[in-house]
Amino acid sequence: MATLLLGRSRSAIQNLLKRTALLSALTHSPPPSSSAASHVGCRYRAPPSQGNRSLAVLFPFSRHESTKAQIQLQQTHLAEDDDTQVQLDEVLDFPGGKVAFTSEMRFIPESAEKRVPCYRVLNDDGVPMPYSNYVKVSKEMAVKMYSAMVTLQTMDNVFYELQRQGRISFYLTSMGEEAVNIASAAALSADDVILPQYREPGVLLWRGFTLQEFANQLMGNEADFGKGKQMPIHYGSNKHNYITISSPIATQLPQAAGVAYALKMEGGKACAVTYFGDGASSEGDFHAAMNFAAVMEAPVIFICRNNGWAISTPIEEQFRSDGVVVKGRAYGIRSIRVDGNDTLAVYSAVRTAREMAVNENRPVLIEALTYRAGHHSTSDDSTKYRSIDEIEYWKKARNPVNRFKRWLESNEWWGDEDELKLRQSVKKELLQAIQVAEKAQKPALEELFRDVYDQVPSNLEGQERQLRETIKKHIGDYPSDVPL
Amino acid sequence: MIASMRRFGRWVSLVSKREFSNSSGFEKNAEQSPKSLNLYSAINQALHIALETDPRAYVFGEDVSFGGVFRCTTGLADRFGKNRVFNTPLCEQGIVGFGIGLAALGNRAIAEIQFADYIYPAFDQIVNEAAKFRYRSGNQFNCGGLTIRAPYGAVGHGGHYHSQSPEAFFCHVPGIKVVIPRSPQQAKGLLLSCIRDPNPVVFFEPKWLYRLAVEDVPEDDYMLPLSEAEVLRGGTDITLVGWGAQLSIMEQACLDAEKDGISCELIDLRTLIPWDKDTIETSVKKTGRLLISHEAPVTGGFGAEISASIVERCFSRLEAPITRICGLDTPFPLVFEPFYMPTKNKILDAIKSTVGY
Ligand SMILES: Cc1ncc(C[n+]2csc(CCOP(=O)(O)OP(=O)(O)O)c2C)c(N)n1
Ligand SMILES: [Mg+2]
Repeated sequence: MATLLLGRSRSAIQNLLKRTALLSALTHSPPPSSSAASHVGCRYRAPPSQGNRSLAVLFPFSRHESTKAQIQLQQTHLAEDDDTQVQLDEVLDFPGGKVAFTSEMRFIPESAEKRVPCYRVLNDDGVPMPYSNYVKVSKEMAVKMYSAMVTLQTMDNVFYELQRQGRISFYLTSMGEEAVNIASAAALSADDVILPQYREPGVLLWRGFTLQEFANQLMGNEADFGKGKQMPIHYGSNKHNYITISSPIATQLPQAAGVAYALKMEGGKACAVTYFGDGASSEGDFHAAMNFAAVMEAPVIFICRNNGWAISTPIEEQFRSDGVVVKGRAYGIRSIRVDGNDTLAVYSAVRTAREMAVNENRPVLIEALTYRAGHHSTSDDSTKYRSIDEIEYWKKARNPVNRFKRWLESNEWWGDEDELKLRQSVKKELLQAIQVAEKAQKPALEELFRDVYDQVPSNLEGQERQLRETIKKHIGDYPSDVPL
Repeated sequence: MIASMRRFGRWVSLVSKREFSNSSGFEKNAEQSPKSLNLYSAINQALHIALETDPRAYVFGEDVSFGGVFRCTTGLADRFGKNRVFNTPLCEQGIVGFGIGLAALGNRAIAEIQFADYIYPAFDQIVNEAAKFRYRSGNQFNCGGLTIRAPYGAVGHGGHYHSQSPEAFFCHVPGIKVVIPRSPQQAKGLLLSCIRDPNPVVFFEPKWLYRLAVEDVPEDDYMLPLSEAEVLRGGTDITLVGWGAQLSIMEQACLDAEKDGISCELIDLRTLIPWDKDTIETSVKKTGRLLISHEAPVTGGFGAEISASIVERCFSRLEAPITRICGLDTPFPLVFEPFYMPTKNKILDAIKSTVGY
């Protein structure tokens, strides 16, 4: 009995300690009190017993460090569930922590009774929800975020059109996911290393990758950092700590755990941040990544953009769990579900997750509920597999850019004139960038053989010589815009 | 014999001269009621027939329900129901492992991997599991009903991850078969053979030809033999061996060489393992020269295996070194694709220098 009680109260205290620690990072409206903390429900499950909550007041520490894994296991296994008939004096001292026995044969249900709620700050009209807790955003920051969202949106429209005109071979928009892109980026520090999937150009944009640099990549010209070797939209920028995109799904996820571990060993105050889709969470690499990150205590934020679709596959055919958020717990990873179309909610959740990751050396999983409002890519026609009504609803009623704009407007931080000016100037800049990128040469032929290894090996030297002879004989076989 | 060339999709391709003609005529058993079809429709027809003729056949993979990203599975879910034709979660190791299990209980599991470039997460299931299921159990168990379809090869704008030709990896694995068709009519007959073959098969489809290659395809249920190469053109001066989309390029080189008075024998290997050495050997013993061409990087490509085997068998009859015109030893590049590719003129030059050796 004593052990059990101790386990329980310890767990409650711990939970509350963690909460208290977080309060410093949050602005509360109405102001925080120990009971208001329960509204922060998205961050932690409610402790097992309401009665223990008052203990928090007795421990006014403010620290982020969690106690060791061993204690976590004890509390988890001993104090998990109120209803279970626990045999108090019979405890299995199992490797990894003590496990209580129970005489009740009860299968854990396939899902919780209630779906995990979705943390949001702004309602669909851009009005803050009553009692919402969120990290305060200054006017300057808010306007910057909104401007970036509009830039991303405009960029998508213009580049999509460019592909339709046949001037680039491929494009893929982030439409509908502007808030996840920009607000998550804004909540991070420039030292944090990003491992993207492919629908997160907004993170790169936020970090200062210029529209010219985007256009260069799409054209695969000599100024493209990737030297024309990959398809359009496979951006990457060392100076922006944004690791180059690769098409194979989910491969970036275990790499993010490794990056995070490296950052931890370097002892800095940075974390790894990796993005992925609902579809990606089905790959083995996702599961490897989660487990590695937890076991290695790696400071990595996993941001799942659950946008309802993986090409034509709806999430019901992707997984039968309550989304992705619940998978965190299975791996011993803290997790939160946020309204991915709510800029303030995404910003607050990512800011807070980052504090946890960096200060406590732990992974955090964020599931952002959003919607892929565009086709999968320019190779796709999504009306083949989903209704136009569904698309229109998300484009209009649940549009993340408009929602954030309404909030800005209600604060009198933004007006029609600002909007017009911004859109015009972004468009102008884009058209200019495209012109420059289109005129630029392709990377020189020698680049074909470079970067396979750090140095060109002899077999490739031979192949280059041979190729150059062939080109001399058959110049008409080769594109004229590649300098030889 | 119908050869047609269409723009592939909406994309601008850097190399747009890629035509195919089936110069060999049809197999004997495939002559009834031909209808002009492109390659993806021929595959689609084969899948319809496979599901129709065997109630224990299943088709599954990422996005197959709505027809697949290349439209190969169009109409199947409507026709045969979602229990037999279904989307899977996005997980290639899952797709192949699931297929092995389904096949192990006597079903025909026809699994689609969306692009050959994404087959690698399933490598373990294919190499360690599918390939050895029969052998390791003393033939108590087998997963012979498994067929893995995957679009492979260049497409003009695919870059690293929508262009690869990974066939050689799988040719190093005893226990699976590897088959690659060159045309719609071949694709239908070979795919049906693969589906009904009592061994697991990896079937790579030349995606560049999905829409581009059009020819008469008999509407009936027919099969083309596995492990039998086909001589597409008879010739006396040099033997050319290839498979899949590369054959159309090689054929153009043959036609050009002919203008210079060189007579080329062109062979479609069709099945890469277990492969038909005899047909190649017979041809090389006649011509005394051999050129092999594939899109995959030259080093460690399947051309190397063919070359080594033919040297073993035909050393004294060879009049020139065996030549390989293949992809370069680089990842598949986007902007540099036309330089990477084993083009007609690269082949033609090699034909000339081999014959003039
Ligand atoms: C390993 C692998 N398998 C398949 C694909 C083909 N593919 C590209 S995107 C995609 C869907 C991804 O969906 P999701 O992760 O939900 O991301 P979203 O496109 O919705 O942003 C698929 C199947 C791939 N790129 N990599
Ligand atoms: Mg998705």
